[in-house]
Amino acid sequence: MSSQAMTLAVPRRRRAFFRAGWGKQLMLQAVLVFISFTVLFPLVWVVSMSLDPRNISRPTELTLIPPGASLQAYQEVIERPTSNPVTLFQLAFNSFGLAMGVSLGSLGLGVLAAYAFSRFHFPARRALMIAIVAVLMVPSVAALAPLFVFLNKIQISSGDFSFNLRNSLLGVGLALTSGALPFAIWNLKGYIDTIPKELEEAASLDGASPTQTFLRIMLPLATPALAVTAFLGFLTGWTEFVMSWQFLTNPENFTLAMALWNITGQYAGNTPWSKFSAMAIIVALPVSVVYLSLQKYIVGGLTVGGVKG
Amino acid sequence: MASFAITEAATAAPAGSRRGAPRWLIAYMYILPATLIMAAITYWPILFQVYMSFTDYGLRNLRFDAPAPNFVGLQNFIDLITNGITVIPNFSFWGMLAFNLFWTFSNVIFHVTIGILIAVVLNTPGLRFRGFYRAIFILPIVVPTLVVATVWRNMFDTDYGAINQGLAALGGLFGVTPDHFHIRWIDQIDPPIPGIPLPLSYFALLITNIWLGWPFMTIVATGALQSISKEYYEAASIDGASGVQQFFRITLPLLRPAMIPAAMYGLIVTFNLFNLIYMVSGGGPLRQTEILVTTAFRLVNEQRLYGLAAAFGIYTMIILLVLTLLTNRITKATESYV
Repeated sequence: MSSQAMTLAVPRRRRAFFRAGWGKQLMLQAVLVFISFTVLFPLVWVVSMSLDPRNISRPTELTLIPPGASLQAYQEVIERPTSNPVTLFQLAFNSFGLAMGVSLGSLGLGVLAAYAFSRFHFPARRALMIAIVAVLMVPSVAALAPLFVFLNKIQISSGDFSFNLRNSLLGVGLALTSGALPFAIWNLKGYIDTIPKELEEAASLDGASPTQTFLRIMLPLATPALAVTAFLGFLTGWTEFVMSWQFLTNPENFTLAMALWNITGQYAGNTPWSKFSAMAIIVALPVSVVYLSLQKYIVGGLTVGGVKG
Repeated sequence: MASFAITEAATAAPAGSRRGAPRWLIAYMYILPATLIMAAITYWPILFQVYMSFTDYGLRNLRFDAPAPNFVGLQNFIDLITNGITVIPNFSFWGMLAFNLFWTFSNVIFHVTIGILIAVVLNTPGLRFRGFYRAIFILPIVVPTLVVATVWRNMFDTDYGAINQGLAALGGLFGVTPDHFHIRWIDQIDPPIPGIPLPLSYFALLITNIWLGWPFMTIVATGALQSISKEYYEAASIDGASGVQQFFRITLPLLRPAMIPAAMYGLIVTFNLFNLIYMVSGGGPLRQTEILVTTAFRLVNEQRLYGLAAAFGIYTMIILLVLTLLTNRITKATESYV
């Protein structure tokens, strides 16, 4: 009798408890609108500044759409982003090349290693994995001095031609790729671990070599993790600041991230605010849009990896 | 039974399979390219760093035919922790480390608390426009930190920044003259709260990093919240537990397994948050908001004391190692990484 009363009582209570009433709904909406305002404020501000045609050095009012809004600041940034003799196209080309190099390099090398760590048993497997994962916690800045000295030693000069690995996008790219590898390996191994072995075993029984199994079966199955790893590698290269700022001295090698910091200005009084804002948007927009479209996989993957233990 | 046998055969295949190279050799070939790159560009420089840290390696040693630097023993290591660095004014290793730790923990506490609260609000059944809010709240994660840092730096500008202008506009509604809102967010040396030795720029950085950090915690908390069975709440509300009681007795304990690893991840990220500190406050005023990684960069980029920077980098790595081991001990998640 009493259990019957319980089952009858639960649905009503559930409705009473879980449905937010009007007052509660309004209060929650007010809170969330306020939070949305704080989140959007900097973003709206930077968009608004970038549309300001006056390129004012002293903005003294907050406006959503400035008077005479135009894309003039973007045009100026595209023509001459900084005082250095380098075009926006060149900066974007460098950033894109660096980012693609880091992305493809860490993905290609990373997926090979991840496959081996996930599927093979071999001597020193655990020790090697620990050695690789340990690098994850070393910030690149902490090893900046030896890296600078080491890359600086690799120089070729004959006649007019001189090349210094340190002072080149190739050197920065190699350093970034090596820095991105531990995450790529760890992330891809985590994903490959979740792929059932049965398909590979079937292929193996049918006489496929490990390489064929890897190329024909593993790679297609791991596509989501490959995409995320490639994108995060791209992001590393696209937004990298520390090493490129320290290593590169020729303006024709500069990247968008460096130009953004350059344009930010030492003192606010001479910051070209509209140009800065236009530049910030040019740097952020492409990667933000891709991140937004992939965020489900990225954040999901990271949290799954973290919670797993 | 059959599948068991197959698994055994495939994973524990003896060295020297039917044809071609033995499996362990194939495995090494797969690992080789990544290991070669890392050996040359990561492990070798770290070893070289140990050597450099015992020398006075400087700008003059950079030339191709330069003489070897002088061996100075433990001098760099001793100078760093005994405030013997005279080239940088106001250099204090222990003060900086203390600030770095305080900075890390104070931020992550805010991130986790705000993140959980907002996740709970977003998870309220019957909430309207949920998808809309979720789409907005993801934005701080997707915008590169570099851009966030430079934008906030300009927003905190004393004369022309959006923060002071916004405060002035807000104050205007209450009849406060705009002159009151010439807040020197970054440069003011006197601590805003008497007795607490934290400069105003710390609070500017805190505001920026709260903006940056809570959405990740909300996402983690939302995932965990959705996996909590509704029956716990039903049972609790039948037993007469209030909403607050349910939050503290059911929600929080069940969020713990998800939030602790996320908080540990947040600790390491915040501890090393170079872009934000370097670009928003520049470590100022008077190096009061400098952290380890920004100092490591200055030693190389501005002072060009490579030997000293190498020693400093080793200290940084040791401190991070201790921090990581401590956090891993707490999460006990190490096994799943390997």
